[in-house]
Amino acid sequence: MDLHIIWFILLGILLAGYAVLDGFDLGVGILHPLARGDNDRRIFINAIGPIWDGNEVWLVVFGGALFAAFPEAYATIFSGFYIAFMLLLFALIFRAASIEFRSKISSPGWRRAWDSGFFVSSLLATLLFGVAVGNGMIGIPLNARGVFIGTFFDLLGPYPIMVGLLSVAMFAMHGSLYLYLKVPHGELHERIGRWMWHTWGIFLVLYILTTMYTLVAVPGAVPNFNRAPWAGLIVVVNVLAIANIPRAVFNDKPGQAFVSSCLTIMALVALFSIALWPNLVTARNDPAHSLTIYRAASSPKTLEIMFLIALIGMPLVLAYTTVVYWTFRRRVELGPHSY
Amino acid sequence: MDLDVVLLSRIQFASTIAFHYLFPPLTIGMGVVLVWLEGRYLWTKEPIYETAAKFWTQLFAVTFAMGVATGIVMEFQFGTNWAVYSRFVGDVFGSALAAEGIFAFFLESGFLAVLVFGWDKVSARFHFFSTLMVSLGSIFSAVWIVVANSWQQTPAGHHIVQMMRDGRPWYDASGNPIMRAEVVDFWAVVFNPSTVDRLTHTLIGAFIMGAFFIMSISAYYLLKHRHEEFARRSFTGALIFATIFSLAQLFSGHSNAKMVAEHQPAKLAAFEGHFKTGPANLSITGIPDAAARVTHGELAIPGMLSLLVHGDPQAPVIGLDKIPEKYWPPLVMSFLSYHVMVGIGMFFIAVTLLASFLRWRKTLFQQRWLMWIFVFAVLLAVAGNQLGWAAAEVGRQPWVVHPRIERADNGAFAEDSSGMLAYRTDEGLLTHRAVSEAVVGGQVLSSIIMFGAIYLLLLAIWVMVLNHKIHHGPVPVMIAAATPPGSLLDAAAGRIEHEQSMTEAKDDSRPEP
Repeated sequence: MDLHIIWFILLGILLAGYAVLDGFDLGVGILHPLARGDNDRRIFINAIGPIWDGNEVWLVVFGGALFAAFPEAYATIFSGFYIAFMLLLFALIFRAASIEFRSKISSPGWRRAWDSGFFVSSLLATLLFGVAVGNGMIGIPLNARGVFIGTFFDLLGPYPIMVGLLSVAMFAMHGSLYLYLKVPHGELHERIGRWMWHTWGIFLVLYILTTMYTLVAVPGAVPNFNRAPWAGLIVVVNVLAIANIPRAVFNDKPGQAFVSSCLTIMALVALFSIALWPNLVTARNDPAHSLTIYRAASSPKTLEIMFLIALIGMPLVLAYTTVVYWTFRRRVELGPHSY
Repeated sequence: MDLDVVLLSRIQFASTIAFHYLFPPLTIGMGVVLVWLEGRYLWTKEPIYETAAKFWTQLFAVTFAMGVATGIVMEFQFGTNWAVYSRFVGDVFGSALAAEGIFAFFLESGFLAVLVFGWDKVSARFHFFSTLMVSLGSIFSAVWIVVANSWQQTPAGHHIVQMMRDGRPWYDASGNPIMRAEVVDFWAVVFNPSTVDRLTHTLIGAFIMGAFFIMSISAYYLLKHRHEEFARRSFTGALIFATIFSLAQLFSGHSNAKMVAEHQPAKLAAFEGHFKTGPANLSITGIPDAAARVTHGELAIPGMLSLLVHGDPQAPVIGLDKIPEKYWPPLVMSFLSYHVMVGIGMFFIAVTLLASFLRWRKTLFQQRWLMWIFVFAVLLAVAGNQLGWAAAEVGRQPWVVHPRIERADNGAFAEDSSGMLAYRTDEGLLTHRAVSEAVVGGQVLSSIIMFGAIYLLLLAIWVMVLNHKIHHGPVPVMIAAATPPGSLLDAAAGRIEHEQSMTEAKDDSRPEP
């Protein structure tokens, strides 16, 4: 296996790690307006309090790794999606400020304003991620040098919007399953129990619609599955994981439901990667302009150095992520150091 | 209206990075102080150290969050606005940035959670370890980002080659080969000629900033007669730190100037307003005038620059007359940012030495005028850190990647037929050619407006929250010890009487709602 393929897979792992981890805290933000009263809202924010920041690092490292391993793809995507990335940055900055500053002052107006900020920024960020993935699926117009030649509005086609909505539903579901594990028993906990069913239902409808739309609108996604029959296994895992969520919730195994939701997200990222292969950026106008993993890559020497850095770094990252999640494994208790 | 994408992208990059850089030096500097305080607490078990650590941690956490929120912008902006640059340098520069993410960001953000939220959840030893990791993470972050930036200043360890596409050399639409930088020797990239000098200077700048921040707040408490024991101890600790590092910065600055003379002669000439190659004076004041090729109002120490750079007051220093004018950095900005930075550094040496002397004489805290100077000196520390980067980056212009200059066999700069230094232009990248092709001026203008609005809001809130926390003051640890039974804080509970006599915070020691 050559280093280009290894880096394609490593980027997929970073993207999946980001989607699974930041997915639930973005989901908590999307569900935030449903929490009633200051105490419940503080519980929501503190459920992700110690970990949201570390979750976001996966995105930053995904960006850095894309820059190092596939600079042509990094430059094309980030400059081509200029307005979308600026909106995303706006959302992420605003979201960090909302979480950090909301509980610092006890005025109700102050807190309401940041509550809205937390909700809107989480929703906007999730929608933009989905739209970006949708555009990745259908491809974007590129010139021979690999430079984006469309406008911002070319990126807002019906298919990308559909994938954006699917992401919102998926993260809302993922967030409700996470909250069910973290919120102390009581009235709020019971309400979250009902949200798991609702968000799962909405997700399922959108998942079926998006799948049908994909098969019709993205013909390029199918041949890779014909060439690699093993990829069918991922589809099976995806469907089983989705089906297991209500089963586990019904059997009162919320941990298993959350794991199934994680698997659902990972399987979707894997399916996205397989559909994309061997491109990082598909040129919709002319396949000869597509940025493949070979055309977009750094030199073999750099890929090798980066691979060594990943080999040294990733076990450390997994170790501290585990330590931190273990330290904060219990249900939320509001204390003097909470948000 | 035709908006200039290059100018707007430069304004956006400069303003977003300047805003971001308000925070990292503060967290790097304070991180080291937190490690020291928690280490002292573990060693001595004196609760005042824990009180202090908890107080500074609150200010640290808010500042750190600001650094993270504004830092994501930096990671994305190379791609959004400087796509041509990213394509040219990604193979080298991208690796340093990715290494920063893997080695620094995960470490910082993971253990920050334990540092801020873990007081009652982990042992004091593990908490200390987490603080140490956050501090190390912030220093690693500085290491990798300074490596990346230093490579732009003094590139090494790479070669410039034509890109291949589908196994064949790649040409653009007009038939020119498409070139980029590729790594040849990773460690030569990391330890390029300016890395060590610039990293030392950056870190010392951050330590000075942390120390002045703590002295500012402590001096304020002393002037207001609040939390006096806490403030005296904090001030003294920070003063020792500030004195040592202010002095060390002088030596680091000297070493940097020699390195700049060796590799970026145009930058040094712009810093000093040195137009004519020959024995060089060290200017104290002035305004360089590029058109007239003189520095107006110059007050200078004769021969001093030659002495500092070459150890001989008669030794020639390369002036701007040897540099093609199209490769001159903007002179006024380079000169002023450099001189004000140096002035601030000299002031810090004077004021910290004076304060240390008075502290030794035990009369420091009676000098109210000096305490007032320390309340506001933190703003000078902010300015010094900002101006240092401004000088380094403006002085690199017009290059975004500075090319090497041809040298003779003895290592001295070679001159071309017209007597000018010969830049190896194909190795460098000019800033105005580095901007994204797919982006238009209107888009950049709208993002500048967006960043402007949100950053002003964030700055106002950050100041407000800091102000709130500072007025609230340190909370003695006995309050925290009352809540979780069986925690290690019980050690502190046995010393409540002692604690109360040590700070006057008991009246306003309500836990935050």
